[in-house]
Parts: sequence; C-alpha cells; structure tokens
Amino acid sequence: MTSNLQQSVQTDNVFHTENVNIYYGDFLAVKEVNLDVPKNAITAFIGPSGCGKSTVLRCFNRLNDLIKSFHLDGKILYHGQDLYAPEIDAVEVRRQIGMVFQQPNPFPKSIYDNIAFGPRLLGYKGDMDELVERSLKRGALWEDVKDKLKAMGTDISGGQQQRLCIARAIAVQPEVILMDEPCAALDPISTLKIEDLMQELKEDYTLVIVTHNMQQASRASDYTAFFNVQANEKGQRTGFIEEYDRTESIFQSPKKKATQEYVSGRFG
Amino acid sequence: MAPAVDNNPGMSYERTQTARTVDSGFKWVTTIFAFGIVVTLLAIALQVGIDAFPAIQKFGLSFFTGVRWNPVEDIYGAWTQIYGTLVTAFIALLIAVPIGVGVAIILSEDFLPSKVQQPLVFLVELLAAIPSVVFGLWGIFVLAPFLQGPMTWLHQTFGWIPLFSTPPTGRGIYIAAIILSIMILPIISSISRDSLVGVNPSLRQAAYGLGATRWETLFQVIIPTAISGIIGGVMLALGRAMGETMAVTMLIGNANRPSPSLFAQGSTISALLANQFAEASGLQVAALMYAALILFGLTLLVNVLAEVVVRKVEIKKL
Repeated sequence: MTSNLQQSVQTDNVFHTENVNIYYGDFLAVKEVNLDVPKNAITAFIGPSGCGKSTVLRCFNRLNDLIKSFHLDGKILYHGQDLYAPEIDAVEVRRQIGMVFQQPNPFPKSIYDNIAFGPRLLGYKGDMDELVERSLKRGALWEDVKDKLKAMGTDISGGQQQRLCIARAIAVQPEVILMDEPCAALDPISTLKIEDLMQELKEDYTLVIVTHNMQQASRASDYTAFFNVQANEKGQRTGFIEEYDRTESIFQSPKKKATQEYVSGRFG
Repeated sequence: MAPAVDNNPGMSYERTQTARTVDSGFKWVTTIFAFGIVVTLLAIALQVGIDAFPAIQKFGLSFFTGVRWNPVEDIYGAWTQIYGTLVTAFIALLIAVPIGVGVAIILSEDFLPSKVQQPLVFLVELLAAIPSVVFGLWGIFVLAPFLQGPMTWLHQTFGWIPLFSTPPTGRGIYIAAIILSIMILPIISSISRDSLVGVNPSLRQAAYGLGATRWETLFQVIIPTAISGIIGGVMLALGRAMGETMAVTMLIGNANRPSPSLFAQGSTISALLANQFAEASGLQVAALMYAALILFGLTLLVNVLAEVVVRKVEIKKL
C-alpha cells in the first residue's frame, strides 16, 4: 500500500478521468475519455466490439503497461491521485485495484493456494486458513469447495473457476474490482450467480464491468457508459464515450440517437 | 440422403472409394511405422544382449564393480567406465541446468528487444548443430589450455579435497564434463523455452492483476506451470550426456583407473566402446557388449524416469 496512494483523499468518486487519449504506437485507440466512477456502485461499459471498453478498463489498474506500444495522455485520477504519475508504482496500483478476466484463469495450483497467492505476495501475517475461508465465502464458492480445498483450481467447473478468480481478487482486500466480460465464457446459470454476487460485493467494493450483454448491464449495473467507435479516413477505428449516465437513463431515456439504437438492438 | 441431394444438384455427399481407401491406408502405414520403431529398439536390445551373453555368464554382477580391463588375461570389469559416465553426465548437468534454464528465461520473457532476441534464439539452437568432433577439437586446442591455469590453482589451493587431488593435465574428467555441458545446453534451453513460452498468457495477467512483480510472476506462476517441460528437457539432456561419444573420447584421456579426482584421466562406457571395438575379439567383444547393454539400460532408465516425473507433475497440475 503505497504512501502516495494512501494519502489521496477519500471521495465519493473512486476514479475521475480527464481527457484521456489512449494510443498503441501512433494509433489512437480511445479518445477523450471523461468519466467519474462512483464508490460502492457497479459501473458498466457497453458498446460494440473494438470500441475500447476493455482498453479503458485495463488502464484503471495499469495492466496495459504490459503492452510495449501502449501510452496515454490526459489524467486518470484514483481518489485524486494520478495513476500514471511517475512516482506511482504500477505493482502497488494493481494490489488495490483487482481484476477478473473474461476467461476464468485460475493458477494451476490448489484452490487454497489460488486464494492464498495474493495475500502471500503481500506478506499477510494473519490466519491464512481463515482468510481463505472468508474470501471463498465472499466469492460464493465456499459451499461448493469447502471439502476439496486441496483440489486443483483448474479442475472445477467454468462458473466455479470464475468465482474462484473473484475470490482470489477479493483476498487481497482491493478497493476496486475490475471485471472484463466476466460472464462471457459462462452458461446462463453461472452468469446469474456471478451477477447476484456482484450485487453483494458492491456493498464493500467498487465494481467496473465490461459487458457485451445488454441485459446484464441493465440488470446489474447502477451506471452505464456507452462506448461507440468511429473510423477516420485511413480506416483506423477510434473509440469514444457516446453517453454516460445512470443505467435507467441510458436504457429508458437515452439522450443520443446512437445510444437509443444500440440499447434497443438496432445497431448499425 | 436422397432428398438432400435434390436441393444441391451439383454436389455429391458420397465419398469415392479411392478416398476411403487412402484414409484407411494412411492409418495402416502410420501403424506400421510406429511398430517399426518399437521392433527396431527391441531388436537392438536383443542383439546386444545375445552378443553380451558370454561376458554376462562369466562375470555376472562383478562386472559392475571390477576395475580391471585386461584383454590379455581376459578379465573385464567396467566400474571405471560406469563411474566416468555417471560423473561426467552429472557435472555436465550441474553446469548446464542453471545456465540453460537462465537462457530459456531470458529468451522467453521480453527483456530483450525482439531484434536481438530472435537471432539469439537461433544461435543457441545452432549450438546443437556443431559436430561432436569439432567440440572435441575445440576442447583440446582452446578450452584445455585456457583452463590449465585456473585448474592448477584449484589443485594447489584445494588439493586436500579428493575431487581436486591430482594435478590437471589437458585431458580428464573435468574437461569432458565441461564440453558435455556446452553440448547439452541447447537441449535444455530450447525445450525449457518452449515450455515457458507455452504457458497461457492469461496466467501472467492474473498474477500481475493481483499485484505480483515480474519476478514473483516468473518464479511463482510461470516456471511452476512449465516445470514438467523443463524437467523433461533436463532428462533428455542427461540421456544425451551419458551417450555422447566422440568429444568425450577425445578429451577424457581413456585411462582405465578409477580416481576420485576430477582432474584425473578417466573413461566412459561410450569412450571405451569407441576405443576398443575395432580391435576386439572373443570375450572382449562380449565384455564390450555387456558394457553397451549397461549404457543402454542407464539411458533407458533416465528416459523412463523423465516420463514418470513429467507425468507426476502433470497430474498434480491438472
């Protein structure tokens, strides 16, 4: 937990972005992102493929740093602290802002070790058994796996694996959990379980999810950002936020025509 | 089937007789090839066993412990060679495993710009293309003179340790082992690299997402996931090191006395075979075949062990 990050002011908005432009090399992938992500709420990013929803999401925990050609300008403020300021360590950012991916990606280790991985990195000194149990309960997976904690995390079903990944992210006590299409690889029943879980989690955490599933966004989120994409004369496609509002407004009374067409399924 | 054809007048859903024959023919040809390999292996083992039989009958298990190799009196024991084979291969591994795995890590992570990395990958694999006899010559003319100074110092300073108890000459167990380590390096590094590169990138992202550093990710996620492949590569390299003949024959000195010192001249089973087979006759041939059978058994053991280890790790992992 970095001093720089901890000194930041506690605000109602966890993230605040100012004119963020995201590039891969010379290519402008997403432009002029201005949005506030409120605390203890679920914010959903929706939009067509290639509109940069996941790109923006990955900027929030600096996971895009792994891509060499990536850079951005503008500011992404986390409680007022610029995440891309030179004195900020990306590793410390990721310890406070967790991530759940599209494909469940448990480590090829036991269920127990999957959960304990993050806390061990942070040098957790408390009762690890208790922390593992608490995290698995919080991830709605405890009842499924309490008798087989030594089993491989990769041996359980896809839906269980995804809840394991959520529990793994929770175990390091992040403030924010980013979810990149967390249900895309799951069946409808597992999807509903994850959505229920998200509702429980928002009491303690701030969630930002990317989803292709508009029902999911309208059911599960409090705020929705609709991303759209436009091509320049060279055919390069740049994403931008068309509209950002409370989820009811986006789905019931969108202000922009493109939003209305997209949420009603008539997207061209 | 008939109604469907009506909708597609130009198409036939039936396969021709030729296509079916080619299909089943292919299956049989591959089956025969596969069994051919097994039969060849068994035939070699059987032939070596038959030729070795007189020596097995005469010397039995004392062949393993005997240190005399005397064609004049027809008394044979291969302990010097068995010891030499094991010790050179072991030292070669000791040197080559850390370097080889290190090279694999450098060449699988993005530490280097890809313009440098790609040629390096190629060059390391090129090391495997150098003929054994060239390694031998290089050992004699370059490496041995180069090492003479440091090794002499080692002997003078630590000579009380049995391992360094004899003065180093240009030939010996140590130099054979060092050359072997260079020869097996590309096997270890390229197989290790393949298995490191093969680790699902989503695991790396998961680890980074939890706030792991690059080193933590590498040592706690990437390497443990790739470990079965790495062990497999090491075992393969061990098999190669035990069987390597030409370079070792040129460098080890071919002395038939067992010595605990690494600087002493020694021998290996394959060096023994290469040196003596051409002029051998009678019981000596049988004794050489017996030695060959032992080498065969050793490499087989290593390979089976590799298979078992890889399976065990794999089962634990999946």
